[in-house]
Amino acid sequence: MSKITINIDGKEIQTQEGEYLLNAARANDIFIPAICYLTRCSPTLACRICLVEADGKQVYACNAKAKDGMSITTSTETIEAERRAIMEVYDVNHPLQCGVCDQSGECELQNYTLEIGVDSQSYAVKDVDRSSHDWGHLHYDPGLCIVCERCVTACKDMIGDNSLKTIPRGADALNAEYKESMPKDAYAMWNKLNKSVIGLTNGTDVLDCTSCGECSAVCPVGALVDTHFMYTSNAWELNQVPATCGHCSAGCQISYDVKHTSVANPEDKIYRVMNEWNYVSLCGAGRYGFDYENKVASRDEKAFEKAIEAFKKADTIEFTSSITNEEALILQKMKEKLGFKLINQEAKAFQTFLKDYSEISGTSLYGSDLKVVHNSNFVISVGSALKTDNPNARYALNNSMTVNKGAGLYFHPVSDPIIDGMGKSIMSVTHAPLQEEAVLYLVLDLFADKSKLPESLAEYLASFHSMKTITVTETVKEKVIEIVKEIKVNEETGEEEEIEVEKSKMVSKKVSKEVEVDDNRLLELLNVPAKFDETLAKNLKKKDKFALMVGPDLYTHPNSKNLARLVALIEKYTAFEVTIIPPLTNSLGVALICDLDDERGVHTIGYNTKAAFTLSALGDGDLDMPAMNQQEGTLTSVNKRVNPTNAALSYHGYELNDIANALGLEAENTIDYTVHLPVEAGFKAQEFDNLPNHYENDGTEMRGYLLENLKVQTSDDESVEPFNEEKMEGTLIYLANPVRQFTEFTHKATNLDELSGVYMSEEYLAKSDLNEGESVRIKTEKGELVVTIVSDNKIAGDIACLPTFDSKINSEALFSSYRFATASIEKV
Amino acid sequence: MNNEQFNNRNVSEDGYFQVDIKDYPTTGWDKFKRVVQRTFRLELFVGLWVVLREMIVFNKHTISYPEEKMPIGPRYRAVHEMKRLWESDAERCIGCGLCEKICISNCIRIDTKIDENSRKEVSEYTINLGRCIFCGYCAEVCPELAITHGGEYENASDQREHFLLYEDMLTPIDKMKAGAQLEFEGFGAITPHEDERVKKTPLAY
Repeated sequence: MSKITINIDGKEIQTQEGEYLLNAARANDIFIPAICYLTRCSPTLACRICLVEADGKQVYACNAKAKDGMSITTSTETIEAERRAIMEVYDVNHPLQCGVCDQSGECELQNYTLEIGVDSQSYAVKDVDRSSHDWGHLHYDPGLCIVCERCVTACKDMIGDNSLKTIPRGADALNAEYKESMPKDAYAMWNKLNKSVIGLTNGTDVLDCTSCGECSAVCPVGALVDTHFMYTSNAWELNQVPATCGHCSAGCQISYDVKHTSVANPEDKIYRVMNEWNYVSLCGAGRYGFDYENKVASRDEKAFEKAIEAFKKADTIEFTSSITNEEALILQKMKEKLGFKLINQEAKAFQTFLKDYSEISGTSLYGSDLKVVHNSNFVISVGSALKTDNPNARYALNNSMTVNKGAGLYFHPVSDPIIDGMGKSIMSVTHAPLQEEAVLYLVLDLFADKSKLPESLAEYLASFHSMKTITVTETVKEKVIEIVKEIKVNEETGEEEEIEVEKSKMVSKKVSKEVEVDDNRLLELLNVPAKFDETLAKNLKKKDKFALMVGPDLYTHPNSKNLARLVALIEKYTAFEVTIIPPLTNSLGVALICDLDDERGVHTIGYNTKAAFTLSALGDGDLDMPAMNQQEGTLTSVNKRVNPTNAALSYHGYELNDIANALGLEAENTIDYTVHLPVEAGFKAQEFDNLPNHYENDGTEMRGYLLENLKVQTSDDESVEPFNEEKMEGTLIYLANPVRQFTEFTHKATNLDELSGVYMSEEYLAKSDLNEGESVRIKTEKGELVVTIVSDNKIAGDIACLPTFDSKINSEALFSSYRFATASIEKV
Repeated sequence: MNNEQFNNRNVSEDGYFQVDIKDYPTTGWDKFKRVVQRTFRLELFVGLWVVLREMIVFNKHTISYPEEKMPIGPRYRAVHEMKRLWESDAERCIGCGLCEKICISNCIRIDTKIDENSRKEVSEYTINLGRCIFCGYCAEVCPELAITHGGEYENASDQREHFLLYEDMLTPIDKMKAGAQLEFEGFGAITPHEDERVKKTPLAY
């Protein structure tokens, strides 16, 4: 990729070789109309309005690539005629209901109709019945739909659900005259448009997807609308509060759209969540889980006094990672001043993992991020239920598959239909729990340059290889010459004659051969699918950008230290760029800021977790705290970025800073701590108010700042331990949430209605005598639990998932620390 | 009511005439002359005679409000009215929220929701008449001619809130059935010759 210069409308601009003209123009503030194109997705070519002239030839700016010295004209007479005709076509039979449409003027159809100056209509076609559909959490109105297919593209190229497609409209054919009289591209576009509307791939009228709602966000008109938002507010009434999603570690850019609740109630309410969909894609929790605020009418002074007393008595603070960096710093300062012990098991495990990783890598943080995954073309994921641990990591994986023609490997004990649905180029390996080390050894074995690896490691890897003889049946094509009699008419005599003709034919033949091949015992151990080697070799063709994502299963693994070192070795000796996915929202921030302890003391104060005295943003504790959408602060994301978030809703109670002030720290606001975030951990001394939160036109992320990846002293010891071949067997349970649920906060949100219980795949339920809705007793050596069965078609295989989003089910108590456990499941 | 006279905004020049009035005196002598003239021409009694004459013949020039009321212009902007559709008697308001947006004194607020027929429904419509300056923007912007001004200017009450009930603004159904709903002729109403200005859209039926 080299810098080149192209000329658009007389303006010299710099861009990358192979960049789409539309993106190059947008990055340089040159306007080219375009409706169907989505940045980061493949061009759809539905609207054809981005027509430009490049070196005298008409091309579509969204799929024509820039070449050095190209000269582009964005507007000529024929192009203007095409654009005018296209916009007229879009307006054919479009209902004049702009007054009630939920797009309420934020409508690209309106904008372009006005921009192009359409003031009369020349085309007509008989309309068909286009009544609206209720697809569950989305409402689709084909009457308003302009079939730009942006929803289909987003679902396929970004999300990976492939839930939407175009289906036949059943309309009359266009008047034949138009083919002659209309501009060419406009006719072609209309011809296609007139044949299709959007439908569901599952053939029913109810969506069965991971419910991210990205399709409704990208809809340029009001055809796809979130059902909960329908007819509740006009876009112009909503105040957009720029924020960062607080549900998982992806730290997506969002804006809370806020307005007064009703005529009678002037209190602000969040009506919807929007995002910069060209540059960031949300999951269902981010988009629909927004009303988890803690409504507190006033400061409860008595509870506050009790809290101060409790703090004076306590010696331990236990907390979750659903807190801001500033709050984490307050806790750390309280520890330094008053000697509290800080307990956060999941962040502690992550912190230890990072530290072990640093010992070999020599850097405080992993080298890559999800943006690199988006742009790579071979991705491996290990130890993470991607779609639920970090949906954005899953989108990155899918995006690299679809747009970069990438391939991948997904290693996880729980097989995932969503990952399998991404296509053939991704191979799922369903290995047994506890075998994550073997996976990492396999990655080293497959991709590392053995000559550079430490000798002992190379030897260890070689010990898994042996030669074995197998019989291979090959299909060989042979040339066979046949003599065929044909009847031909003699041209001279006009009579039919029989002629002998020689014909050669290719005939395939099956040949059995004995071949000596390399046998890799690691493959067998990991239970890889059939023809793994062949498929992998095929998938690896033309791949040059490699990315590895490792997830939370590894941090709590009994041999997490060894795993961390292996990850560092992979980063060092292979072409893979490594991203380590933090387990919860701000685990990375907490791990960098707080000095966490292992053992708790006698008197514990819990912050968002139950203890003798509980501070809770959920409203069920002894003293109320503000929820993430009610406070300002920064969150550290998986992309090593410190993102600012603002308060969307008011909060009238006490916050952690008030307690800290009462205990002798001094700060007027929580965000006064932003500038004091530890520089020695990679943070920057920047005031909160100076942190930006937006994307530039060329996609540059102007959000907060990036953490410094600091150099760390290494010991040159690169030894790793051999792994234990012991597998976890029997009935297994996994500590993981269903799609759209992360914590108690997502559980509180009204639009996220996932049932709590034990999640079992349809396959599992069919095989056993268990049924959905029944109560079962799950027993492990740690404890037991009675829960209801929930059938989940987003998982497959025999491992049941126990969620953590409902605090009424104390799932964690069943597990030692590793996310898998053997259990017995019995009907009650 | 015919609107033509209002729509013809070209005031011709011969429509104006000069008032026959003498220039004001500037010098002291001229001023003295004017005082003398006014004093001795007994103009005072002319005025007194006119009043006396009218009193004798009982020719009243005022009206006895509130028994009698002056007719008001069609463009008069008094307390708002919500109109109904002639075709179905249904409320015209579609809940687009433009009146709420354009209101410069920020006194209109509406709540909308989706109704059981999947249509947009106005669940609450309020105008704070205490803040309303009767500028008429809401009536002008309304795409459905739903909110208009009425002729009801008698807004004296012990509570201003008495005027903002949606039910009171809405044309009563019996009045509607009787065909007695009056269209507003002020800004926002359809101007004559509108049909000629619209470009026709072809239809394929």
